[in-house]
Amino acid sequence: MQSAATRAGSIFKSDAVQKFLALGALVILIIFFTLASPYFLTWSNAQGVFLATSVVGILAMGVTFVIITAGIDLSIGTVMTLSAVMTGVFVTNLGLPWGIGIVAGVATGTLMGAINGTLIARFNLPPFIATLGMLNIARGLALVISEMRPIYFPDQPEFNEAFMGSFLEGFGLPDLPNLFFVFVAVAIVAGFILSKTVLGRYIFAIGSNEEATRLSGVRAMRYKASAYVLSGMFAGIAGVVIAARLNSAQPAVGFGYELDAIAAAVIGGTSLAGGEGSIFGTVIGAFIISVLTNGLRLMDVPQEWQTVVTGCIVILAVYLDIIRRRRQG
Amino acid sequence: MPADLLIRMQGIDKHFPGVQALQGAQFELRPGEVHALVGENGAGKSTLMKVLTGIYQRDAGTIEVDGKRVEVPNPRAGHDLGISMIHQELVLAPHLTVAQNIYLGREPRGRLSFMVDDKAQVKATADLVARLGLKLDPSAKVMDLKVAQQQMVEIAKALSMDASVLIMDEPTAALTDTEIEELFRIIRSLREQGKGIVHISHRLDELRQISDRVTVMRDGQHVDTVETGSVTIDDIISMMVGRTIFEESPHVPVDAEEQPVVLEVRNLSRGRAVQDVSFQLRRGEILGLSGLVGAGRTELARLIFGADKKDAGEILVHGTRVEVNHPAQAVSIGVCYLSEDRKRHGLALGLDVENNVALASFNNLLKSFGRIDTKRTAKAAEQRVEELDIRTPSIKQKARNLSGGNQQKVVIAKWLTAEMDVLIFDEPTRGIDVGAKQEIYHLLNELAAEGKSILMISSELPEILRMSHRIIVMCEGRLTGELTAAEADQERIMTLATQRESVAQATS
Repeated sequence: MQSAATRAGSIFKSDAVQKFLALGALVILIIFFTLASPYFLTWSNAQGVFLATSVVGILAMGVTFVIITAGIDLSIGTVMTLSAVMTGVFVTNLGLPWGIGIVAGVATGTLMGAINGTLIARFNLPPFIATLGMLNIARGLALVISEMRPIYFPDQPEFNEAFMGSFLEGFGLPDLPNLFFVFVAVAIVAGFILSKTVLGRYIFAIGSNEEATRLSGVRAMRYKASAYVLSGMFAGIAGVVIAARLNSAQPAVGFGYELDAIAAAVIGGTSLAGGEGSIFGTVIGAFIISVLTNGLRLMDVPQEWQTVVTGCIVILAVYLDIIRRRRQG
Repeated sequence: MPADLLIRMQGIDKHFPGVQALQGAQFELRPGEVHALVGENGAGKSTLMKVLTGIYQRDAGTIEVDGKRVEVPNPRAGHDLGISMIHQELVLAPHLTVAQNIYLGREPRGRLSFMVDDKAQVKATADLVARLGLKLDPSAKVMDLKVAQQQMVEIAKALSMDASVLIMDEPTAALTDTEIEELFRIIRSLREQGKGIVHISHRLDELRQISDRVTVMRDGQHVDTVETGSVTIDDIISMMVGRTIFEESPHVPVDAEEQPVVLEVRNLSRGRAVQDVSFQLRRGEILGLSGLVGAGRTELARLIFGADKKDAGEILVHGTRVEVNHPAQAVSIGVCYLSEDRKRHGLALGLDVENNVALASFNNLLKSFGRIDTKRTAKAAEQRVEELDIRTPSIKQKARNLSGGNQQKVVIAKWLTAEMDVLIFDEPTRGIDVGAKQEIYHLLNELAAEGKSILMISSELPEILRMSHRIIVMCEGRLTGELTAAEADQERIMTLATQRESVAQATS
């Protein structure tokens, strides 16, 4: 009896509320834009929303791990760019198969994440500073390596086809690009890591009370670093995805994506104070951002104002998080 | 060494910046005994046990476990040696459930070795909780539990490790009588299983109930280890406090009645922490505020200082009712609070002595266009350094580099420069070396003699007894009594400090 009451109480008070809040907000946004623009609920527009969500969503899932440890990763946007460039280098400049290009892209992101993790966990750099440095390093490297020119994939159109084609079409179903299923697969894996594995458990524990985790005999340093490795790896995946989608590695695209990704995680109920968050919430958060951007564009709201609105939404989401936590005492 | 010892520590030294925490400390533990470790705050009990569990690294000395010399480089190594510790301050992850906390770092694994088997974890927790006779929901989040329940989670966690040595650092501080009884029942059954239990506690009455032997520590050193049955509580107290620090002549009692009331508090309340507290503080008076940990002393001080919001009651300064909703308001009417955690709440560690001294008075140390008059801040700082005998190479030295005692003096200098009338000290000598304590005491007496009013919170009874002109005692948020310096002694204070609601009702 008492246990059931406590559990219901805790569900009511904590993450679930914000999750439903976010889900509710998404539904309301969709209804609003459907009424506001006849074009919003068309298939081609929905496709655009899915594509836009995929890249930011993958970045956001990666940074969710880091934020739950009470850290931050500002480098994901430009690490994504660098990973895309490396994919381009391997596929076009070196002429290797695009499968190897994918591995190279993901490995680049993972390596950058490992450097972040080492700096933060091993050398005690503040996450904000370490990843801000990495943001600039990755941005610079991407420009240097690409010689400030986009790298296209003229020799291997299969690369673009693999992500932008639709296997569903073959079954006579709507032509949703394969890329979206990459996003879904990444989400499933991320959710699994966070909720089912020892690594996920320690990520929560570190964010909740790092000292307690260390005193429990957990090698907290190692697991904290792992969160940054995951974040980098997901940025690498996002780099491959965006290269395939644009059919080119654009060395100047990517800076600023980190803020959308962090915003998506926070809107989805991941607490910047650590210890709370979910992949499901982050996915919802990513959809909210892309639906909002898309809808406002359809309503002919200038891009500058779209950014203002996104900013307000983030502040609102964080404020709601603070109120919620204050009530928990 | 005798083969029947679980633990033997000898000649342990541990130095922290500014404090020699342990000096040649020693300790031994037999299987099947409850060994009480007592001493005043700062005597080094917790530090010694943290050395044993690998949280701190010793500077010198040897540790033997089961007769073998060991190194304990980190907490994990401590666990592996079968030593587990329940900490004074709760170390749980509030966002995780009871089961997740208990098995943190030792999760039962699922089909794949990197997966957590949550079902098995919940079941193991339910079994454990049932075996210990506790009432805890394995799936409840720790942040939703009451403090006493969280304490039970800590205990269950330590017991789940099947450790042969269990160290409990003030486990009863937050527990009610029935919960303490329950804990003692568990301790006794562990003793029967041949485990060694170290019990650190300030409640000396508990020792007789539960312990077989007592080790007394003082100033980081071993005083004596005796059979509990062979000594009285008074014997233990005299071993705990028997140092030469109190040789200086005791305070001169002020003729309090003749002095004006500077601060008056009427029916101040906040939740359960502070309930209906009223008292007066006169000019030139040192009013001691005593009570056990968690009695609501710091909470009371924070209400007066405006750091927390009061539910009810009023505060009068020089006879006028004042609204104190923010520390800035308290400071503007001459009331300041010197936290026990100087490093976090008292000092800007990265700033130099000069800027720390001037920190609360910059508004009075300005020249034209709002620029800080550095000549005057330097002069003020030089003057305080001289007056308070702050030992620092110069006023440009960073506060971080000073010893605990000198840091405390810098905090005092800050408030003196801001011309405060009422100084609320929270554990003024915590973490300060014995010699420096003496100087702080001297300083407090001088401040009182100059007409400042001092409210001094202290957990050290000898300190309270020696310094206070008058003593008020709190228990469970209520004021349970007032004693003059003449009538106060350790026993009377302890009686008031343990006058719980249930007891009070029975006697009234």
